[in-house]
Amino acid sequence: MVKVYVPVDSTALSLGAERTAQAIVAEAQKRAIPIELVRNGSRGLFWLEPMVEVATAQGRVAFAPVQPKDVPGLFDADFLNALSDSAKAHPLYLGLTEELAWLKKQQRLTFARVGVIDPVSLDDYLAHDGYKGLKNALAMTGADIVKTVTDSGLRGRGGAAFPTGIKWNTVLNAPAEQKYVVCNADEGDSGTYSDRMVMEDDPFVLIEGMTIAGIAVGATQGYIYLRSEYPHALKTLNEAIRKANLAGYLGEDILGSGKTFHLEVRRAAGAYVCGEETSLLESLEGKRGLVRFKPPLPAIEGLFGKPTIVNNVISLATVPIILDKGAQFYADYGMGRSRGTLPIQLAGNLKQTGLVELAFGATLRALLYDYGGGSATGRPIRAVQVGGPLGAYLPESQFDTPLDYEAFTKIWAVLGHGGIVAFDDTVDMAKMARYAFEFCAVESCGKCTPCRIGSTRGVEVMDKIVAGKNHTKNVQVLRDLSDTMLNGSLCALGGMTPYPVLSAINHFPEDFGVSSKEAAA
Amino acid sequence: MDNTLSHEQLVQIQAHIHAHQHVPGGLMPLLHAIQDDIGYVPESIYPDISKALALSVAEVHGVVTFYHHFRTHPVGKHILQICRAESCQAMGSEKLESEVKARLGVDYHQTTADGSLTVLPVYCLGNCACSPAVMLDDEVYGRMTAEKVSELIGEVCHG
Repeated sequence: MVKVYVPVDSTALSLGAERTAQAIVAEAQKRAIPIELVRNGSRGLFWLEPMVEVATAQGRVAFAPVQPKDVPGLFDADFLNALSDSAKAHPLYLGLTEELAWLKKQQRLTFARVGVIDPVSLDDYLAHDGYKGLKNALAMTGADIVKTVTDSGLRGRGGAAFPTGIKWNTVLNAPAEQKYVVCNADEGDSGTYSDRMVMEDDPFVLIEGMTIAGIAVGATQGYIYLRSEYPHALKTLNEAIRKANLAGYLGEDILGSGKTFHLEVRRAAGAYVCGEETSLLESLEGKRGLVRFKPPLPAIEGLFGKPTIVNNVISLATVPIILDKGAQFYADYGMGRSRGTLPIQLAGNLKQTGLVELAFGATLRALLYDYGGGSATGRPIRAVQVGGPLGAYLPESQFDTPLDYEAFTKIWAVLGHGGIVAFDDTVDMAKMARYAFEFCAVESCGKCTPCRIGSTRGVEVMDKIVAGKNHTKNVQVLRDLSDTMLNGSLCALGGMTPYPVLSAINHFPEDFGVSSKEAAA
Repeated sequence: MDNTLSHEQLVQIQAHIHAHQHVPGGLMPLLHAIQDDIGYVPESIYPDISKALALSVAEVHGVVTFYHHFRTHPVGKHILQICRAESCQAMGSEKLESEVKARLGVDYHQTTADGSLTVLPVYCLGNCACSPAVMLDDEVYGRMTAEKVSELIGEVCHG
């Protein structure tokens, strides 16, 4: 029976993958051809979804994008025999998936299985190197596991880029009867979707990573704090957790080791600020997501006052391969102090959007043009926002910056979660600056004054600047206000809203009616 | 007691309260469970929740109103969320928002006259590779235009 793959990833579904799958099943039945339909995750070539793959002796062959109306024609071309001349002659034939240049050039470590396997099949996961990291970890001491993660150079992929091993070490050395591992899956940054892909397309890797974290530091309970906007991820995670429990990979006495780790998904409720780790902990405790003062660090006094690891999805999902292949294997990728790979998400106005995992060091230009293929509208790319709504806007003159935490810091920008949103030359940067304040006002938790009041004042000042009222004076007010928010806010929401605002006015002064001389001030 | 709630709904709510009473940090999952069933979190049940979870009514109210996701009033039969975040803006979501709202004759947080659809803003659906995106109930749709949204509404809400 021929295996046919149709993705179940929600972006593929958003382009009609469900109907495509149904059409293939119906057509096969009509023609009395037996097929085995596998619902895999997405390979991340989102501009080509729904992508259908057919298994052959030489590997999987891709046809894309496939809409239901294309299905009868594909059967006519004998696409199930994907190496046949007639299949190759079909206009949607792309060749062997693994050989597609867009995919072949990537260095997929964290995303090695994404798009390849059936996300909720534990057998599939095991057949593709799954749980090798956990097995190694079970034979190690907690301190050795932590050292391996430290030596790999892995830094928090959620945005702050704090070394993961150092965080774990603090929790390891904090004496307590109860410790926790919390996964921050409140991915709310516009232009990012790598967390969602991991959770929908390879959920076991996150579960394995959290289990290793728990065993390393002696935490027996884990929580995944998941965005309420991700209902598919919720279903997939719960199904995978259920299977992991049944098979002895979660719960009491994991794989006969005597170690315990319980895992539960908790739904967030649409507050962006809960992506901030202390807000998230408040929310998990059933409270308003108000930011906490630090110290104490969550690693010392976190969830319910106990030592807690709080890591992003990608950080945790990268742990299994490090424990499987060793710290050095991972550290051999990357540049400078940014070790390993970064799953980059191409979004916004680009022709070829999708997930590109590469070692740190690739330039923005290579991603925008070699992978992204330029703008979707065919107009010049004018501005790019990297790292979510709190990331700086970069002009063309900065497109040669390598994707590296320190290189981005040097140009007063952030790599954040690796989301890249491109805008063409129709963008009004004053409007984007206003939006940054507006977003901050909507999402502010209200605890600190610079963020709570500053965001609303920012919207007002932007309106005055756009209307040309007391122009020079208001530009100065905008800069003063940004300075206050930058230095006086409790967390990154208020503290980083000035990044998009000031980068917009500094790099695109003409949109603010400001001369470049004023902008330089 | 709130007489807009049916007996069956009240029984459901009590069952949820009972199930979450001793769950650590149980208020959020409890509110989700109630809203999943009833469509909103009725203010009239705050006293029951506060008693069961040993919180004040003010604390319950504070949590419900902090989060964008929770609602204290009934909404339409279906919910359309339109993404307002940067990636969707880069692909024309502002035009999409205004056209969809004009076609439906409602603004954000309002429900169509027939009670079939409530329109809400949302900040990122994780579908940024296929902007602009909307979510109708639990399904995301990418590369949207006002025409496509109208078709979807026709299929899902009136199909």
